[in-house]
Order: sequence, then C-alpha cells, then structure tokens
Amino acid sequence: MKEELLRRVLSSYKGRRGDLIPILQAVQANFGRLPEEAMLKIARFIGIPESEVYAVATFYTQFRLTPLGRKHVTACRGTACHIRGAPQILQEIEKAVGIKEGEVTSDLEYSLETVACIGCCALAPCIRINRDVHGELTPERVEELFPTSKQCHPE
Amino acid sequence: MSDRRCTVLICQGTGCISGGAEQIFSSLEKEVTRLNLEESVQIKRTGCHGFCQRGPLVVIEPESIFYSKVKLDDVPDIVQSFLPGGKLVERLFYRDPVTSKPIPYYRDVPFYSKQERTVLRNCGHIDPENIGDFLAVGGYEALRKALFDMTPEQVVEEVKRSGLRGLGGAGFPTGQKWKACRRATGDEKYVVCNGDEGDPGAFQDRSVIEGDPHSVLEGMIIAGYAIGAKKGFVYVRAEYPLAVDRLKIAITQAREEGFLGKDILGGGFDFDIKIFQGAGAFVCGESTALVLSIQGKRGMPKPLPRPRTAERGLWDKPTLLNNVKTFANIPLIINRGWKWFASRGTEKSKGTAIFSLTGKVANCGLIEVPMGITLREIIHDIGGGIPGGKAFKAVQTGGPSGGCLPASFWDMPVDFDSLITAGSMMGSGGMVVMDEDTCMVDVARYFLDFTRRESCGQCIPCRLGTEQMFEILNDITKGQGRPEDIDLLLELSEAIIHGSLCALGKTAPNPVLTTIRYFRDEYEAHIDEKRCPAGVCSELT
Repeated sequence: MKEELLRRVLSSYKGRRGDLIPILQAVQANFGRLPEEAMLKIARFIGIPESEVYAVATFYTQFRLTPLGRKHVTACRGTACHIRGAPQILQEIEKAVGIKEGEVTSDLEYSLETVACIGCCALAPCIRINRDVHGELTPERVEELFPTSKQCHPE
Repeated sequence: MSDRRCTVLICQGTGCISGGAEQIFSSLEKEVTRLNLEESVQIKRTGCHGFCQRGPLVVIEPESIFYSKVKLDDVPDIVQSFLPGGKLVERLFYRDPVTSKPIPYYRDVPFYSKQERTVLRNCGHIDPENIGDFLAVGGYEALRKALFDMTPEQVVEEVKRSGLRGLGGAGFPTGQKWKACRRATGDEKYVVCNGDEGDPGAFQDRSVIEGDPHSVLEGMIIAGYAIGAKKGFVYVRAEYPLAVDRLKIAITQAREEGFLGKDILGGGFDFDIKIFQGAGAFVCGESTALVLSIQGKRGMPKPLPRPRTAERGLWDKPTLLNNVKTFANIPLIINRGWKWFASRGTEKSKGTAIFSLTGKVANCGLIEVPMGITLREIIHDIGGGIPGGKAFKAVQTGGPSGGCLPASFWDMPVDFDSLITAGSMMGSGGMVVMDEDTCMVDVARYFLDFTRRESCGQCIPCRLGTEQMFEILNDITKGQGRPEDIDLLLELSEAIIHGSLCALGKTAPNPVLTTIRYFRDEYEAHIDEKRCPAGVCSELT
C-alpha cells in the first residue's frame, strides 16, 4: 500500500537531481513525514547517495523525519510577534497541549513547532493550526483554541 | 445606492482570511443572490489591501466605501444597503483614532492617503485569480509593448535609465544586472524570481504574489525577452501556501491566454515559468544558495571569489535573479517610461519602497511610500503613532541583517543609502516599531537566536560566532553579564563581519552593533545594575 503510494508519487518525476526537493515535499505531503525507507528509494530513483538525500532533508526546516500531529501547530517567532508577546503565547500553548516545541503528543493529536515568520505580522502574535492562521492571540484565545481538558503527554 | 451598479471587494489576503473573510465572501454572495441583486451587485475577491490589522476589509466601488473589522453578522446589513433606500453601515467605518470621527471613504483613511501605491496599485482592487481583471486594468500591455515596439537592448536600457534598484535587500542596480545577463554568453539562460521572503517581520512579497501575481509574471516574461531566456522559476516559500496557489492559477491562465509558452502573442518569443517551493532556509535568500536549492542541494552560499549569478547561476548558466517587487515594477517602467519612474524618490533611490509596518504601531499593514519619506511620516502619519500613549523607542528595519534606529532618526529620509549610513539597511522591507516596553538587549538576543539557527554552518565565524554572541546576550538578559561583555560583543562582531563567507554572517552582528551604539545604557543597566529598564527580561524584574 505504502510502496504503491510512493511509486505513484515518484512516477510524476523524471528523477533528475533538481527533482529532489519537490519529491521530498510531495512524499512528505503524502506520508506526513519522510520515512527512512522512502528516502532510500528516492536516492535510488535519482541515482545519488542516500547520505545526500538525508543531508538535504535535514538542511531545510520544512522536512521532518518524525510524524506530525493531526493538528499541526506552528507558532510564529517573527520579530513583530516576538515584541508583541510570542514567547508567552508559545509557553501557554506548550502548557495547554502538554508538549514542547518540536514534539508530538502521544495520541498524535498535536504537534508543535516554531517558524521564523508566518508573514502575518500585522496580526501579531499569530500561530497557524494546519492551514489556518490565528492572529492577535492572547492567553485567553489560546485557552479557547486548545481546551486543556484534552491534555496529552509527549511520546 | 440603489439604482447604480456596484462592486463589493472582499479582501482575501492571509490576514483577512484568518479573520473569516472567506465566510464573509460566501455569505455576501448568498445574500445578494437571495435578494436577487446579482444584476446590480458584483461580489469580488481581491488580494491584500494592506491594512491587515483592520481586517477583514470590504470595499464598495465605485464610491470606495471602506468597511473594516467586518464580521459575518454584518453581512445582512451590508447587503441591505444595496436595496432602495438602504443606508451605509456606519458602524463599520474606520474611525480616526484621535477624533473618533468616522471616515467612510478609502482615500480619506490616513493609512492610505499618505501612500503612493504604484506597485501595489492592483492589490486589493482586482481578483488575483481572474486574469480578466488584470487585463481590464491594462495587464500584459507592457509585455505587448516590449515584444513588438522594443528590442531587448531597448528594454534593458529602459530599466537601466529608470534607476530601479533591487528591492530584495541589497539595492543593486537592476539595469546593470540585466545588462550583465544580456551580455553573458550561453545557449541557455534563466530568469529567477526570489520570493524566499525569510526575514521575520516581512510579508510584502507574499502580499504582492497573493494580490497581483500577474504583474510579477509579466515582469519576468519581459526580463526573459530582454536577456534572452526561455525559462523562469519563481522561488516561493512553502510557508506561503496561498501565494503558491494563486501563482499556480495565474501561470495556468497566462498560458491559456498566450502570455506564456511557445510563440508568446505571436511574436516568436518562447518563455515559460515554473514554481519552486522553498523548503525553509533563510540563507536561501542569498543568490548562490538559492540557485543550489533549485538544483536540489543544500543551500550553502558559494565563497568569494566566484562568478556572479548573472554569468554563472542555475546549472552554471547565466541567471537573472530579482526580487518579487523588483519584477512587479517592470511593467510600470515599460508602460510609463523610465523618466516617470526616475522622477520619484531620491537622487540615488528611485521609485517607491514597500514596507511591512508592524510592531508597536497603531496601524499595522503593508505600505508603499516614495523613497525619501521620513520615518516620522511613516510611523506617525501612516502608522498612526504608538498605541496606548507609550513612547517610541526604536524602529527596526532590514530584519536580522538590519538594525534598530532611535528617535533621533525620526526625520531622516528613508532610502537605501541613508539606512546603511545609519547602521541598518532596507533589507526586504520589514519595519518593526518598538516602544518603551521593548528591551533592546532582548531584541538583539532575539535576532542572534535567529541567525545562529539559520547559519548554514559551513564557515566558522558565522556558525560559532553567532552562537557565542547569542550566549553572551543570553547571559546579559539573565543578569549574568560581565562588564567586559560589551567590548567582547564588539570584537566578535568585527571578526564575524570580516570572516564570514556570505551576507548572512556579514550582516548578522548589525542588530547588536546598532543596539550597542544607540542603546548602550540599556546594556549597562542589565550588566551593572542587574536591571531591565523595559521590564522584559523576566529574571531581572
């Protein structure tokens, strides 16, 4: 099943060196992360050493080797957000979902990471949950977005 | 308003969408259909209007009635106003923050009235997902003019004489770059649009792509014609999914209409554009790193001396790399001529600058102003000053490569060169206002935390130097600073500036240098008195 999916993803590329990043993006979009096996197959598909695939995958912040939560929370640590209280917002979120930046809850409900800038600076501080941006956050709004009754523990 | 036709423009920028603008759009559509008003009322989605803080924004043309902070519940009242005898919804008018006087029209809102929106002229006024809208406002006319009335050399000359400088940060003369690329020999050349807006605190490239993608494409196609390239890439951050979607739609539509692909407009010129999604690395804003990234490699800048990207770039072919806003200026220059363009701005910085005005300022958003405008006009007149009666402390420009300027620069004309003289830089156009509650040591620490994370790691001064500076700044904010730390920071800065391979390292100390230069007393308060004057550093309050 998974192999079939990977084959399908790869089939829309020619396997050129320049395809590497788009392939990694497509694989991650389909698998939620970059599984080790997939990276090995990608290396063979393009004809480069596995270490090179791994080197690229770990250079760019978009790529992850571990799975994401169903609700992937991206907290912005941009300048405007920072001076309008982003560090406190991040703390509140960490408290509410019970994990730290870079972690995933054991039930895979939430994953949390920070990003250099979401580009929604006028609404600072802001976060993104999957594709939705939430701006002008306050600790109260964080409480609404993450009801604490569902506290989880890190994996 | 009843008997006339009107168009309702609903901003669908990322900011307004986060406030529910998509639901407002569909609800307005339903309500207009329910009341059988489709004949006279047109509902249209647009890109970013700029005044993101007051979003969701709704503008009603032709009168340009400006509604801000619109909620789903306001939709019935807005639609009622289109019926015979209907009244405007006064509660949605923008109010002057000082006098509380309602301001019904877009052009009278101070945030807009002081701006000169030329590159952003279409943002907020056309549907970015409909090429017909773009064509209706003269879109692709510049391409037609370039292809049929001008030689490639004339196009290059026009751009050169306009005085346009690259709006991605460095301010390199665009025409000179185009000329070098035109001259470079090679069977294949490339045009690359840099939309890897990695600076924290900047969102203007995103807004231009989301609001007016065809202007960027048109600029790129003209560039391709001018330098003799057949292929272009738009490098957009994957963090900007909406921008990527709009760009995809725009490229498809441009192909369908014959503005992209083989034999463009029947003029015998072939050019096509692909999107490349940047996978998230600030250093990829650097030309050689960006090129490597498109080639599927780690984005690590090539050390000097090396050939310019204009001569040997993508796959070692001549490559023209310009920023999103630079390309968006091209159709204007071709249409209106270099003289018009050069008539605006200052002696060495022509045209306009686009800033993301954010932070501790009353009106946050995307603004376009003539080069040479003062910080006072930007922050006080357009930005509406500092909210909550707080005192202005500093303005940060240029992101992690720039610096923090104090109130003594309030009347400095803003352009590429004046900012560099002051120790900061234009950068990609982030402008973050800071008030008395902002700790400048914390800000310096914040930026070094950013650069140490983003350092690609290949050269030691940058990799270890930024880490060391961060550690020292971290100690100072925790009350563990030593009297010699300020000198140590200055010494490290010098070493990093001279020893680093690329602009990321060479400019990384700027936030520290400017905060020491202009706010040394804050460092001293942290170190000598173990006190944070702004009350930010939690271990010192």
